Amino acid sequence: MASVSVRNLGVAFGSLKVLAGLNLEVEKGEFIVLLGPSGCGKSTLLNAIAGLLDVNAGQVWIDGKNVTWAEPKDRGIGMVFQSYALYPRMTAEGNLSFGLRMARVPREEIAQRVARAADLLQIQPLLKRRPVELSGGQRQRVAIGRALVRDVDVFLFDEPLSNLDAKLRTELRVELKKLHMRLGSTMIYVTHDQIEALTLADRVAVMHSGVIQQLASPKEIYQRPINRFVAGFVGSPAMNFVTGRLEIAGGTAASLECNDGVRIGLDGYEFAGAPESGRPAVLGIRPEQIHLTKMFGDSIPVPLTVSLIEPMGADSLLWGTIGGESVSIRTGPDETHTIGEKVNAYFQPARASLFDAASGARL
Amino acid sequence: MSVGDTTLSDPEAIARWGVEPSGVKPRRFSPARFGVYAFLVISAAFFLIPLYLMVVTSLKEMPEIRLGNLFGLPQKLTFQPWIDAWLNACTGRDCKGLSPGFLNSVKITVPSVVISIVIASINGYALSFWRYKGANLFFMLLVFGAFVPYQVVIYPLIIAARTAGLFSTLAGIIIVHTIFGMPILTLLFRNFYAALPIELFKAGRVDGAGFWRIFIYIMLPMSVPITVVAVILQVTGIWNDFLFGIIFSGRPNWPMTVQLNNIVQTTTGTRLYNVNMAATILTAAVPLAIYFISGRWFVRGIAAGAVKG
Repeated sequence: MASVSVRNLGVAFGSLKVLAGLNLEVEKGEFIVLLGPSGCGKSTLLNAIAGLLDVNAGQVWIDGKNVTWAEPKDRGIGMVFQSYALYPRMTAEGNLSFGLRMARVPREEIAQRVARAADLLQIQPLLKRRPVELSGGQRQRVAIGRALVRDVDVFLFDEPLSNLDAKLRTELRVELKKLHMRLGSTMIYVTHDQIEALTLADRVAVMHSGVIQQLASPKEIYQRPINRFVAGFVGSPAMNFVTGRLEIAGGTAASLECNDGVRIGLDGYEFAGAPESGRPAVLGIRPEQIHLTKMFGDSIPVPLTVSLIEPMGADSLLWGTIGGESVSIRTGPDETHTIGEKVNAYFQPARASLFDAASGARL
Repeated sequence: MSVGDTTLSDPEAIARWGVEPSGVKPRRFSPARFGVYAFLVISAAFFLIPLYLMVVTSLKEMPEIRLGNLFGLPQKLTFQPWIDAWLNACTGRDCKGLSPGFLNSVKITVPSVVISIVIASINGYALSFWRYKGANLFFMLLVFGAFVPYQVVIYPLIIAARTAGLFSTLAGIIIVHTIFGMPILTLLFRNFYAALPIELFKAGRVDGAGFWRIFIYIMLPMSVPITVVAVILQVTGIWNDFLFGIIFSGRPNWPMTVQLNNIVQTTTGTRLYNVNMAATILTAAVPLAIYFISGRWFVRGIAAGAVKG
């Protein structure tokens, strides 16, 4: 049974339709990340699940109950916000217990639950402090605790780490993952940060202009993006795209003829359907899937001139041109290359992606 | 980069690195600056001289005032005019001084301030967070109300008050002040709440608080600065009011401003300039005190509400 089920959901602000006919099934205990650029509707979807905005069409089910018109407090959810949204005039303890006090939970039980949440998040020493006396990371811990004490099955996170600095973000990310493993609750997590999405999620829903483009495991999203948007949005440094025309010779032997006449072999690529010769297409290869030595038997060589080198510590990024398009290659830190050097770049077509140039869909 | 280390300990290094400020020293005094200060001094004097005259005159006896030495300090200091202004000054045949008017003003100001601020804060809160149907239209009308000239409304308001049996009563004048404070106060509170993160409100709803509990437990404790602004605006506005007071409150409830006017206007016998001056200062004392005590808060609150004063 699905823990959270969004059916045919439509949300509009005035005449602006943000979501239309959206469906999403979240399994019990699953960690789902809604990933997408700003304005893609991911926060709107989360707010609709939380009951913080009125939906125009469709239904929201939580734990087998239709909660489309239920108040947020009656949905069995806890929510964590990007700006922490701690009540500034209450201590951390007051913040944690506020929801329980509103629900008239007995005093001893409040104390118990607050203590347990504080223990889990290691914020006992902070309980008597006000939000202004807490650092960003501590505030977000308290905010997570506020969701935790509600003893709910579904947690909603709205970009909870976006306001933190890089180091804290990494720390808290790990803690969130541990927390999920420990609690086993359903978690729906909104972010625009793909690293958070890939590291935390059981499944990632990549959203764009109000539509879930692809809902799959992080691995699948990364390796077999369903369209060009997903391919370009996920991955850093970004996937390389080379445009050209698809040439099919004798059934399966295919190649891409680039705009500048270079021909790239695609032997071994698994087409989703029957490929059509002469079709404009885009080849997508991730920077780490291009090598400057032939490492695999099925690798295809492409000539390339090094135009720029970016050392990044753990590895270096080499820039060159293939088929008239700028392409980056991830190389080991000890590989030495010089600008202007002519090399052969190798890649495995089986691990690359091919998209229709017009529709952007995976071929 | 060992610059920092060496310079701190070693005087020679200080010289070597040339850490002392170098270049032309900024001049303390320039003609432009002189002009600015001259302007400020003249402006201050412009506003302070009348006050000085009032204070000095109120401390003189009448014969000394008649001599006409306006600026001179009192040769024989007396506080009798102040006592007279407070207790004995006459308005017509009534010689009770300003004190009944002071009491009336308090009776009018305190409830008007409290009621108008309570209603306006709820208005502002509802307008910025609950966005009910027609909220924008309501807000527009309310803001429009801030620009309606008083004179246009007075006559219909008199008829309405008379019909409701509230004309010439304390309740009547309190209601009038509450209504007229509503547009600007609601605007003030709405803008203050609109600047708060909406997520606070959402968190409150997830935590199960409703309309009133979010207002009372979450929003009100944060509203101190804007409430201070509202109190100052309302206290000074209502205390200084003359027009509504004379029309709506009725003779027994006339506020201090109206009684001050009557004392000053009374023409039987000689004009007691010293008593008049003392009475005027007494009437202005409350708003002045409010400004002096809470000016700091006022500026802070205005800035917090991002409302241009």
